[in-house]
Amino acid sequence: MIYKYIFKKLVFFAITLFTVVTLTFFLMKSIPGDPFTQEQAIPEEIMKNLYEHYGLDKPLHIQYLKYVKGFLTLDFGPSFKYEGRTTNQIISEGFPVSATLGLVAFVLALIWGVFWGSIAAFYRGKFLDYFAMVLAVGGMSVPSFITATILQYVFSIKLALFPIARWGTISHIVLPAFALAAFPSAFIARMTRASMVEVLQKEYILTAMAKGLSKFQIWKGHVLKNSLLPVISYLGSLFASIITGSFIVEKIFGIPGLGGWMVSSITNRDYTIIMGLTIFYSFILLISITITDIIYFALDPRIKDRFQNYELT
Amino acid sequence: MNSHSRSLDESYILNSWKRFSKNRLAMVSIYMLLTLILCSIILPFLTPNTYYETHLSMKNTAPNLNHYFGTDDLGRSMYARIWWGARISLFIGTTAAFIDMVIGVSYGAFAGLAGGKTEEIMMRIADIFYSLPYLLVVILLTVVMKQGIFTIILAMTLTGWIKMARIIRAETLSLKEQDFVLAALSLGTSRRRILLKHIIPNCFGTIITAVTLTIPHAIFTEAFLSFLGLGVRAPVASWGVMASDGLGALAYYPWRLFFPAAFITITMLAFNLLGNGLRDAFDPRLR
Repeated sequence: MIYKYIFKKLVFFAITLFTVVTLTFFLMKSIPGDPFTQEQAIPEEIMKNLYEHYGLDKPLHIQYLKYVKGFLTLDFGPSFKYEGRTTNQIISEGFPVSATLGLVAFVLALIWGVFWGSIAAFYRGKFLDYFAMVLAVGGMSVPSFITATILQYVFSIKLALFPIARWGTISHIVLPAFALAAFPSAFIARMTRASMVEVLQKEYILTAMAKGLSKFQIWKGHVLKNSLLPVISYLGSLFASIITGSFIVEKIFGIPGLGGWMVSSITNRDYTIIMGLTIFYSFILLISITITDIIYFALDPRIKDRFQNYELT
Repeated sequence: MNSHSRSLDESYILNSWKRFSKNRLAMVSIYMLLTLILCSIILPFLTPNTYYETHLSMKNTAPNLNHYFGTDDLGRSMYARIWWGARISLFIGTTAAFIDMVIGVSYGAFAGLAGGKTEEIMMRIADIFYSLPYLLVVILLTVVMKQGIFTIILAMTLTGWIKMARIIRAETLSLKEQDFVLAALSLGTSRRRILLKHIIPNCFGTIITAVTLTIPHAIFTEAFLSFLGLGVRAPVASWGVMASDGLGALAYYPWRLFFPAAFITITMLAFNLLGNGLRDAFDPRLR
């Protein structure tokens, strides 16, 4: 049963990834103009050499096959804008940075979100519930570029508590990690509350209360484990998007991660890098979704759909 | 039978409304959003300044009686620009949400009613597109296509409808099992009629909640695109464009960030609270 499910998921994984590769390839080809179009005209001879160098003189289907082959050997292609730069190089430099920052933000969002979600569920209808939920809805209502800029302004420019930007020491991580965790922690808080409220209505909770267990004991022993299932399904895609880097937070804090690279590639219209990073990103996302789905299925085979796709910001 | 099911719907909506109107936060949100929409319609006509006129001699002036919200780096009135921006941001949000709704509801309900192989294939296709990273799809399309409002809306709706389709399909499946739909089916009622008379009215709460929550999401995405320089083009400006323009001016001309940021946040907050209120009203189990 579980093997059949895993097999099905792997087939789906392959089809989706193939769709991404095909889609990005044809999108790239549909861009009007030439990847080498510049303000200064390039001599025809050089143009021809460039075309040959990048294989653009071949017919479309050959190019496509080459592209797919490159992808299968984990070669995400060179930059057409900057000589000697490749997507692989960007990934190997940027991914560790993004992943470090992402992991910190992930843990932060999880602890903070589950904490406030539990408080809200246990004090349902009371002041703390409203407080937590207004905090959560508020956290989901401020665009992250505003949160990040304000954090940066207050804590590093005005109060000079943390470095303004760049990367290197632990104190560099603090502000971007908080900025990155704001939205997901709000989301986790709301999901946690919703599923805990449901669990708290179960009869075994009544039994636990009748036994005279404290709120904390009930939370630890009965509620937490039973209510985290929907949250887990969200964590998979959150994890993928948070470790591959946030465009906005990395740009604002000048962090040399994947997201920062993506933004500068977009600004420079460096199409091949954009496409390469898109595929890499989808790859990571799909792996996490597939693994979460399988874990989920193993925990509770009745549930078939994952809860929600995480939106990165 | 028909009148019977209709009266059921009416009491369902009436009961939900009763619960909803007790939710003070959600009611305040409704009033705020109505005010905002009215202002964005009327106020651009009442101000002597336009959103596009530049006055280089008056650039970056602080809020004053002539320019309530100050001016930007080209001396344009922030007040006029905010209300024009309101039109654009709200237009993008509502249009995207509406398109998502139309496609999503028809696709989901059709798949759910059809059942069998058709449903399987339709939902697998939807699943594949659902697994694509949403923001990256949007970014890729806006990079490739001509920059503008309609590109943004197209890019957002291309995969945005799937969430709605999945929700409606699940609802349709459970409705299909219910007696009144079974009865209609066995009486030989056409699929189209069942869809319009039974499925859609009974999904009303789900649909309106999802639409309300899609609008802030679209406004959010638009702000994000603006930050990347992929938003609407000058001289028109959405709130997102204005906010990202104001980021660099925070230290010296804070009003250039403050007003657009405040409007985005308040609008998002109102839509989110309204959406939550609607969900609680239609599905009171989890309040």
